[in-house]
Amino acid sequence: MEQKTEHHHDDEHGSELSEMQLRVRALETVLTEKGYVDPAALDAIIDAYETKVGPHIGARVVAKAWTDPSFRQALLDDGSKAVLALGVINRVGDHLIAVENTPKLHNMIVCTLCSCYPWEVLGLPPVWYKSAPYRSRAVNDPRGVLADFGVTLPAETAIRVWDSTAETRFIVLPMRPKGTDGWSEEKLASLVTRDSMVGTGLAKQPGDVA
Amino acid sequence: MDGVHDMGGMHGFGKIKPEQNEPVFHEEWEARTFALCWAMRYTGVWCIDQGRFARERLPPAVYLASSYYKKWELGLEKQLAELDLAAPDELAAGHALLPGKSLKRKLSAADVPEVITRGSFTRPARQPARFKPGECVRTKNIHPETHTRLPRYARDRVGVIEALRGSHVFPDTVAIGKGEDPQWLYTVVFDGRELWGASAEPSLKVSMEAFEPYLEPA
Repeated sequence: MEQKTEHHHDDEHGSELSEMQLRVRALETVLTEKGYVDPAALDAIIDAYETKVGPHIGARVVAKAWTDPSFRQALLDDGSKAVLALGVINRVGDHLIAVENTPKLHNMIVCTLCSCYPWEVLGLPPVWYKSAPYRSRAVNDPRGVLADFGVTLPAETAIRVWDSTAETRFIVLPMRPKGTDGWSEEKLASLVTRDSMVGTGLAKQPGDVA
Repeated sequence: MDGVHDMGGMHGFGKIKPEQNEPVFHEEWEARTFALCWAMRYTGVWCIDQGRFARERLPPAVYLASSYYKKWELGLEKQLAELDLAAPDELAAGHALLPGKSLKRKLSAADVPEVITRGSFTRPARQPARFKPGECVRTKNIHPETHTRLPRYARDRVGVIEALRGSHVFPDTVAIGKGEDPQWLYTVVFDGRELWGASAEPSLKVSMEAFEPYLEPA
């Protein structure tokens, strides 16, 4: 590997990215030749995460909870069961836990040890969620973290941070914005951002999507 | 292990820089690495905590300087070498030099929709839960050199059991090949000041998911 890196540097003053492209191609070739992996299965995994799984799923869940009190309660009681029953996705991992924001309490999700994140409802996490600044500061300076996202909460709103240190997964149920009475679930879902379901943002205001 | 991966409460990493309209993967190799890690885990050669432990054992300077998927790639190479599944000289050559080992199963494209859900980590309990919601507990002051999910910032701290989450695979043993050893899992909530002292915001609460062996009565 060292030899290849040197060679590459000589040729192209290579960046880490192009070195990584070569390195991963070699890895995939070896693992395919050994019969461990099928490139078509790799394609299917990538396609699923690029086109099928993502925060639009969580947004549907939140919009449903905003409009249907019995669903909201079911979601808070057993997130995995409620999301499965909603039928937006066919399978949900165990121990999906929904935590609800109120005027008195704001929830924020982090994984200080690695990158645990509720993939099935939000897709793969963004780079910032997996980065050292977020993982280090969410637990001791959540208000400062919110400031980095341009969010200021009232001083009287307490903050609760959930460190995802096991195989339980958390999704924040953000507050429904005012001025959305009578909106359809679909229209409400357009207000629900990924960050609002991690707790580093708030749902959009009606004027933001009009 | 007390590694640089255990970042909660550390200073000096700077501001968070969210990217607008961020793609799922920034480079093709990131996507391939993600999928390779997934497909290799599917073969049954290792579990999720062994993958985490491999990344935690990267040299600290490498861990901090590498992008997220580079850490995954380096961790994958490390695991393949440690289990004699693919040797460094084969990766350098870009071709298999020895036949592959026989593995339990191989992921096919048709299986993917069925397996992109997280597995279940719940296991039958072997004894009743020791703690109940509402009880005060103290986290242990432990510093294992191997994988643990008790972060440094939450060791030797008093918190309250908020919820019992069932009996789960114990990462500390399964990551080092010592079996699933199921343990009760709790949500334990701490006052910000218990963790960070007087400078913490008085209303801050931080919870972690704590396995029973991390806890003792307070």
